[in-house]
Amino acid sequence: MAKIIVVTSGKGGVGKTTSSAAIGTGLALSGHKTVIVDFDIGLRNLDLIMGCERRVVYDFVNVINGEANLKQTLIKDKRVDNLFILPASQTRDKDALTKEGVEKVLHELAKDFEFILCDSPAGIEAGAMMALYFADEAVVVTNPEVSSVRDSDRILGMLSSKSRRAERGEDAIKEHLLLTRYNPERVAKGEMLSVEDVQEILAIPLIGVIPESQAVLNASNSGQPVTLDQDSDAGQAYLDTVSRLLGNTVDFRFLTVEKKGLLKRIFGG
Amino acid sequence: MSLLDYFRSTKKKSASTAKERLQIIVAHERNRRSGPDYLPQLERDILEVIRKYVDIPADQISVSLEQRSDELSVLELNVSFPDEKR
Ligand SMILES: Nc1ncnc2c1ncn2[C@@H]1O[C@H](COP(=O)(O)OP(=O)(O)OP(=O)(O)O)[C@@H](O)[C@H]1O
Ligand SMILES: [Mg+2]
Repeated sequence: MAKIIVVTSGKGGVGKTTSSAAIGTGLALSGHKTVIVDFDIGLRNLDLIMGCERRVVYDFVNVINGEANLKQTLIKDKRVDNLFILPASQTRDKDALTKEGVEKVLHELAKDFEFILCDSPAGIEAGAMMALYFADEAVVVTNPEVSSVRDSDRILGMLSSKSRRAERGEDAIKEHLLLTRYNPERVAKGEMLSVEDVQEILAIPLIGVIPESQAVLNASNSGQPVTLDQDSDAGQAYLDTVSRLLGNTVDFRFLTVEKKGLLKRIFGG
Repeated sequence: MSLLDYFRSTKKKSASTAKERLQIIVAHERNRRSGPDYLPQLERDILEVIRKYVDIPADQISVSLEQRSDELSVLELNVSFPDEKR
């Protein structure tokens, strides 16, 4: 049975697409056949982060409208086996995704994939609703900052009332907190909400903490999901996150300020 | 207290201020979500009635509905009056 996981946040620009790409890549690296679906209609970006922007021929809406089939539309990653991308459409028609259409596509994907990762658009309107509606699990991407935490809580409200599972009275969507752009130095100075603070407010289990990292920018510049940069802090933090998603217990890293040695203190780094 | 300490102590406050504000607003919004749809309007109506007599700011009133059991829900109305003049 395929697992449908939505990557969502409410607030924009907190790292949903970065996380979708990184987690999807990590799942595939662990041997699980995975497809990442871009639900951000009109603002497709996942293709760029995954480095396959020039290979997009058809898109999600074409499949829904029967203008192309999945086989023609899915983009197979060239670096990682078992990894596919379903690009969003560039249409400005916000109603291009219908519940019936999305259900049909997800149903078909479920026959072939173990994990279906849905990269949600920002906001709490129709687009975000569509991305979370069919989910079994949710990765709630949050930055340690007031408006992001508040919006995450709103999304949690949606997950528990507006999803298909909620409407049918089935088991609730399994929720995971993914804290990104974490800066332990600023937390230590009391300038930034800590992991514990955010966890206490949102009260859902923590699946990962991704540090604020130059590696993420480097990765997006070159169209490589950051998980492929396995020497980087962010890449490792995402791999830990994937391992936890798969049910393993992994210690959290990158939560405290790295003690700098004398040489590092003198020469920086 | 040195100048450095001064900056440290004011900085220390910003994350904890953020946390306190979030705890309040999130609790408030959760309450709203779990209550019936008419609750916000009920709150505004009550506020209007009270304002005929006392000028209170909007954040000094809160209305919540708590389901105590299957048969019993309690409507809780909290109004803080300004201490001085009535
Ligand atoms: N851990 C991180 N460290 C540094 N920069 C980050 C990190 N995570 C995300 N970013 C940066 O934040 C920006 C927004 O990221 P991203 O596009 O993934 O967010 P999003 O939630 O998908 O945005 P939108 O709501 O517009 O879809 C990007 O410039 C990205 O490089
Ligand atoms: Mg995005």
